[in-house]
Amino acid sequence: MSPGMSPLQRMGRWIGQHLVLAGGILVLIYMFVPIFVVVLMSFNDPKSRLVYRFDGFTLQNWLNPCADAAMCSAVSRSIQIGLLATLIATVLGTMMAFALVRHRFHGRSVANLAIFLPMASPEIVLGSSLLALFVAAGFAGQLGFWTILIAHIMFCLSFVVITVRARLAGLDNNLEQAAMDLYANERQTFLRVTFPLVFPGILGAALLAFSLSFDDFIITNLNAGNTTTFPMYVWGVAQRGVPMQVNVVGTVMFVISVAIVVGVELNRRRQEKALAR
Amino acid sequence: MSQVAESAETDGSTGAGSAGSGLHLRNLRKEFAAFTAVHDLDLDVPSGSFFALLGPSGCGKTTTLRMVAGLETPTSGSIALGERDITWEKPYRRPVNTVFQNYALFPHLDIYENVAFGLRRRKRKDVEREVDAMLELVELTSQARKKPAQLSGGQQQRVALARAIINRPEVLLLDEPLGALDLKLRRSMQIEIKRIQTEVGLTFVHVTHDQEEAMTMADTVAVMNAGHIEQMGAPAELYENPQTTFVANFLGQSNLIEGTVRGRDGEDVKVDMQGTVVTIPGQRAHVAGNAGDLGWVGIRPEKVLIAEEGQVIDAPGNSIPGGVVTDVSFVGVSTQYLVRMPWGQELTVFEQNTGRRRLFAKGERVDVSWRPEYAFLLDHTQDRAAGRDEDAD
Repeated sequence: MSPGMSPLQRMGRWIGQHLVLAGGILVLIYMFVPIFVVVLMSFNDPKSRLVYRFDGFTLQNWLNPCADAAMCSAVSRSIQIGLLATLIATVLGTMMAFALVRHRFHGRSVANLAIFLPMASPEIVLGSSLLALFVAAGFAGQLGFWTILIAHIMFCLSFVVITVRARLAGLDNNLEQAAMDLYANERQTFLRVTFPLVFPGILGAALLAFSLSFDDFIITNLNAGNTTTFPMYVWGVAQRGVPMQVNVVGTVMFVISVAIVVGVELNRRRQEKALAR
Repeated sequence: MSQVAESAETDGSTGAGSAGSGLHLRNLRKEFAAFTAVHDLDLDVPSGSFFALLGPSGCGKTTTLRMVAGLETPTSGSIALGERDITWEKPYRRPVNTVFQNYALFPHLDIYENVAFGLRRRKRKDVEREVDAMLELVELTSQARKKPAQLSGGQQQRVALARAIINRPEVLLLDEPLGALDLKLRRSMQIEIKRIQTEVGLTFVHVTHDQEEAMTMADTVAVMNAGHIEQMGAPAELYENPQTTFVANFLGQSNLIEGTVRGRDGEDVKVDMQGTVVTIPGQRAHVAGNAGDLGWVGIRPEKVLIAEEGQVIDAPGNSIPGGVVTDVSFVGVSTQYLVRMPWGQELTVFEQNTGRRRLFAKGERVDVSWRPEYAFLLDHTQDRAAGRDEDAD
């Protein structure tokens, strides 16, 4: 520290240097405490279901994740819906993105805007209007797996279109022309050049769609009938004591997300290293 | 490399054997919504030649190239390779390959697979041997397993060239292939591409806005302007005997001085140029030549001699008195003067610094002169400034 400073200035500088760091650490703790609690509780051996408190360490929750069969069937239903919704929304959304970027048609700009509507509308509005639609169409008695799936595909679609469209828009048109110039017909051009280059965008869109579907509560709850997905199950049991296995599921989901993020980052670094060589 | 050269020679001989090969454009026209990019173009590119399409940006040269490649559909007209009409052929069914302006290398494939791409699509055997030979020709053998982004601009350029040449197209199209390189690298790639063209013996059609590049590399240059071909010929012929003001200004620099035709004197045309009668050889006079017609007398700056007032310069009969030096730029190998003539026009003069003649200072009174056989006469209805300052993209 420079000797010419007054004590007041010195203190000001010390605070400036340390306050930002301390603030940053506090914000990070704030973000991670809930996750930490979930992980911790997955090892909890509770005395009572009604008191949410760490009473002792056990591996029982991990060894018997399906102690409550209703929870496991809800998880498995959520995964089934998530995978199906992801598959269908990704295929449809990718085709829509191609149409919006590659083809000049009447109403293209309107379509480009309309894609944003489901993202911008409140979920409660989408959910209740879907319910109204299903009831009006005579499906009131058949609400369940399929209506949830239809709803999930609907709201995942916009996110897929926007993600893939961004990737496609950044793709150099010349590459496809170069492929055609080098004797690749339309199909070969798509398989050998376009698809491999757009694939990261499609993969990202699929991951996004799955997490949106797995996570959704409001729209699902309105259109589920008697069917229960994992978020609905958690909501339902929250009032009469959450089984600790819910934390096991939460921890597993968290670990999978972290693994994907770390994997993507490592892959990126590996490629950068290869470029630097 | 030797293998490539040998196979190229045999290819060349069979190519020459098939009569009427080469690229032929007939009345080729391309209209976009708002404007016509190419106006009824007629062009013949002989087989095995290095042909340059030269013009400012927006003149239609790239559109012409893309129509030959099949990436743009002509509005009317035809494109033929030898006897074969390819006007409506899909790009992947044409024996034509392109080196794109930004190279358009496939970023997800390594150099080897980029070069092998065309061969694999045509299910060629011996891909490995051919790719190895081609990588050797462009001196990239050691880079075979790298991705395009790991290569320098000059190396990427060579990959783009190799990727196209390996298919032995009947015509290789180069779309401003050196535009992204810095000046020094550009000069060395010009020589490199010329060497490869001689070695493989293919027909090259090179599109550029850089007149120096076109003149150094090509056997034949076609100068394009606003969808038309202004003039076509060997580089020296275009430079020495331009037929339009556009060519005179776009290819190098020209002084264009207004004059009135006095009449013909045998082969020559006599022109009253601001009071001095100058003689212009018939094959360099691109006007009707009736007495009383106006015309532009053109002379290249390096053909103009500058001397002290009253001094006899070596070209008798064409001496023009009354000039005043208004600007002197000493370049080293040469000196560039601006000389204000009695009729108010400033002429540009380049003098070689041979040391035999002294430098003139600003404000000195001088006479200028040139040999009659160096001047040319252009149509007065053309814009005197056409093509000036247009080569900067």
